[in-house]
Amino acid sequence: MSANGDRPIGFGRLRRKEDPRFIRGQGRFVDDVQLPGMLHGAVLRSPVAHARIVSIDASAALQHPKVHAVITGWDLEARGLAWMRTISDDAQAVLATDKVRFQGQEVAFVIADDRYSARDALELIDVEYELLPAVVDPRGALDVDAPLIRDDKPGQMDNRIFDWESGDRAATDRVFENADVVVEQDLVFPRSHPAPMETCGAVAQYDEVSGKLTVWCTTQAPHAHRTVYALITGLPEHKIRVISPDVGGGFGNKVPVYPGYLCAIIGAIDTGRPVKWAEDRSENLMSTAFARDYAMRGAIAATGDGRILAVRVDVIADHGAFNATAQPTNYPAGFFHVFTGSYDIEAAHCHVTGVYTNKAPGGVAYACSFRIAEAVYLVERLVDCLAYELGIDAAELRLANLISPDQFPYQCKTGWVYDSGDYERTLRKALEIADYGELRREQAKKRARGELMGIGVGFFTEAVGAGPRKHMNILGLGMNDGAMLRVHPTGKAQLSISVQTQGQGHETTFAQIVAEELGIPPEDIDVVHGDTDLTPYGLGTYGSRSTPVSGAATAVVARKVRERARIVAAAMLEASPDDLEWEKGRWMVKGDPEKGATIQEIAMAARGSVELPVGVEAGLDAETVYDPPNLTFPYGAYICVVEIDPGTAKVRVSRFVAVDDCGTRINPMIIEGQVHGGLTDGVGIALMEQIAFDEDGNCLGGSLMDYLIPTALEVPDWETDFTVTPSPHHPIGAKGIGESATVGSPPTIVNAVCDALRPYGVRHVDMPCTPSRVWHAMRGGA
Amino acid sequence: MQVTASVNSREYKRDVEPRTLLVHFLRDELGLTGTHWGCDTSNCGTCVVLMDGEPVKSCTVLAATAEGHEIVTVEGLEVDGVLDPVQQGFSEMHGLQCGFCTPGMMLTARALLERNADPSEAEIREAISGQICRCTGYATIVRSVRWAAEHRAGS
Repeated sequence: MSANGDRPIGFGRLRRKEDPRFIRGQGRFVDDVQLPGMLHGAVLRSPVAHARIVSIDASAALQHPKVHAVITGWDLEARGLAWMRTISDDAQAVLATDKVRFQGQEVAFVIADDRYSARDALELIDVEYELLPAVVDPRGALDVDAPLIRDDKPGQMDNRIFDWESGDRAATDRVFENADVVVEQDLVFPRSHPAPMETCGAVAQYDEVSGKLTVWCTTQAPHAHRTVYALITGLPEHKIRVISPDVGGGFGNKVPVYPGYLCAIIGAIDTGRPVKWAEDRSENLMSTAFARDYAMRGAIAATGDGRILAVRVDVIADHGAFNATAQPTNYPAGFFHVFTGSYDIEAAHCHVTGVYTNKAPGGVAYACSFRIAEAVYLVERLVDCLAYELGIDAAELRLANLISPDQFPYQCKTGWVYDSGDYERTLRKALEIADYGELRREQAKKRARGELMGIGVGFFTEAVGAGPRKHMNILGLGMNDGAMLRVHPTGKAQLSISVQTQGQGHETTFAQIVAEELGIPPEDIDVVHGDTDLTPYGLGTYGSRSTPVSGAATAVVARKVRERARIVAAAMLEASPDDLEWEKGRWMVKGDPEKGATIQEIAMAARGSVELPVGVEAGLDAETVYDPPNLTFPYGAYICVVEIDPGTAKVRVSRFVAVDDCGTRINPMIIEGQVHGGLTDGVGIALMEQIAFDEDGNCLGGSLMDYLIPTALEVPDWETDFTVTPSPHHPIGAKGIGESATVGSPPTIVNAVCDALRPYGVRHVDMPCTPSRVWHAMRGGA
Repeated sequence: MQVTASVNSREYKRDVEPRTLLVHFLRDELGLTGTHWGCDTSNCGTCVVLMDGEPVKSCTVLAATAEGHEIVTVEGLEVDGVLDPVQQGFSEMHGLQCGFCTPGMMLTARALLERNADPSEAEIREAISGQICRCTGYATIVRSVRWAAEHRAGS
């Protein structure tokens, strides 16, 4: 019996197995790793956005008594290591050799006795730059006179990365031509940053005798990192061990391979001593994976009575100076083409142009589910703009257009097949919890008094759990994940998984999946992750894929163990396996429940002397690799209430109701926590956060003084609830949840802001809806 | 320079550079890695420790100035194998996810409860408003502190 209340085994609220170490300060994060003889590295970064490197003089730094080495791009060039392949198959400079292409780009790496000396020595490196004009506005990146950023790439004549489209342009245009109503709206989803509390870093250790490289690093995808390190450095992959210990938040920021990781590796090999690199907050904000940065020109077509017919959009996607977005390789705009949203429409088309600018690389991060945040923002804002033009209530308009339950599995007009949903039920539940009718009455009274109250409605459908091998890979690696389950003779178990928690509670949730399948209590199951020498191969945690992919692998491997246990039990009970039936935790003879064996008894017997049928090996251990047949499609209905101070234009979120459906719920406490976190992200993105640049490409969001993140004072007490519509193809019916709220909340909040500003005739305000922006909107400005 | 500091009721003497920050002194010199570092600008609060019972951001305190003061870090919350109610509360109410901001949050909560044994939600939010959590959305942290208030040590 577990100490955790009413549901002793399997699914249900369960305190986390991770907590005991964290509440004692005994978590082990990368910067906590201390090794004997360890040196410290620091990165010299470009002070400007675009410049040619004329000279680098590191002689003074090398004379610093505590400096062991200085590595420049030219040193790396001689070894073929100056450039690395990105996850999007572009080339990114490890250390700059020819030009710097964004402010904060890596130029040199200093290795010294301690972290302070390494920083001191950065000041002693003299770099001469010849300034070049910077490309800052992505909409001007393709102008004929725009400076060419990627002159390193043969054949690259402009700043275009890709042109990509999805849907049927001709069919969509026809629907638009014949529609009663067409509403167009320009929308910018600004550049933001995941800014995990723990910045990125690495400790590299190289054993010259064995040739083994061990890298502790802040990665959400340890196995993918190992493969990429092998490909970049030429070191044999079996001699590389990547350990991702406790990770202090990731949100997509810790998926890419950063130059600092490689510099630590190269430094460790060169000096023969362990090297630690830990970036500071400004380095994190200015150089690592940003999020979003989509400039969208959207349009929605409808009948006069509010039947939505089609959606189309043209996007300029700012990918920064190197295309390093971490997404499935054949999806240059991620899963943006799920922008038809939760509505049954006739036609859709999108055209996305990716461009280089003199800004940090990235794009897919901050819990966006591979650009679904951008897609949901587009469609949910367009639906509200349509409601505005038609004078129809935003909730009523959605209820009239949602995909109905009998249409599932539903193929949307850009090809995605939504697995399951009962959208109307979820939206009606949210409206009921919020008491929507009463809210509208309260709003009317407040408006009469000159107060600005806004009610935002939002509905989203996510597509998570990448993904089927035949469609999705990263650099040719299929997006499948493994699970390995060992059941020890005394009935205790160890599950090894390829995904990597950054706070999602995998050690608890995955133990609960095994517990549900095998009847072994969660406290008897340890979950091993984050070490490539101890876990099976897989692509890691991002895009809400852990439960859809590795959670499925875990259920499958547990069922394999259960089937092995059936054979062993049959031998123990001298019965035929076919004559046994399973009740949680026990195989027993059909019709004779007294005659049975618990999983613990079977585990001991499986390693004992029970005679097993020919071909059946001892033990219960099993391993699997899961290839998901489709993505899972969690969804939700959100309602946000804001109050705007008419004097200062400051927006306050006073209520937020979130009703999520992620299918089967494994640990409701953890799910609720994931939703809370995402909603807070949404408040930050919608109202506060932006990585902005001046016209010279200087980053204006390079510290937490400038990049504003919500504190406890900017967010309300969340009102969460749920519906359950299991995924038909997932072994336990579960869907992902980690990013739902980050995806669903920004448009809901902006919808509320615009609703509040309706008396001013405002249809749209771009994010972040800062007091300044809202103030100008109230006075007729954009 | 030599710095003598009392941390978690134990006296430590170390020879450090005068510019050494308290956060690095605790982490690198004393090996107390439960105190984290997150921003350098006093915004994130993951480095919060108690100095004479008051929360301070150890990334903006020189180790040298800690001399003569009593420092408490997360490692000092558990006494004789008994968890502080704040530690229990964070686990009971899911007040943590990645665990990185948690030590600072718990120490601020402990200081709040010392001066206000029964804080309201608004008072708790005010008290932790100098600290950032990217995972929890704060509501469960508020509930964790309330749990601790309702389960005082010895009660």
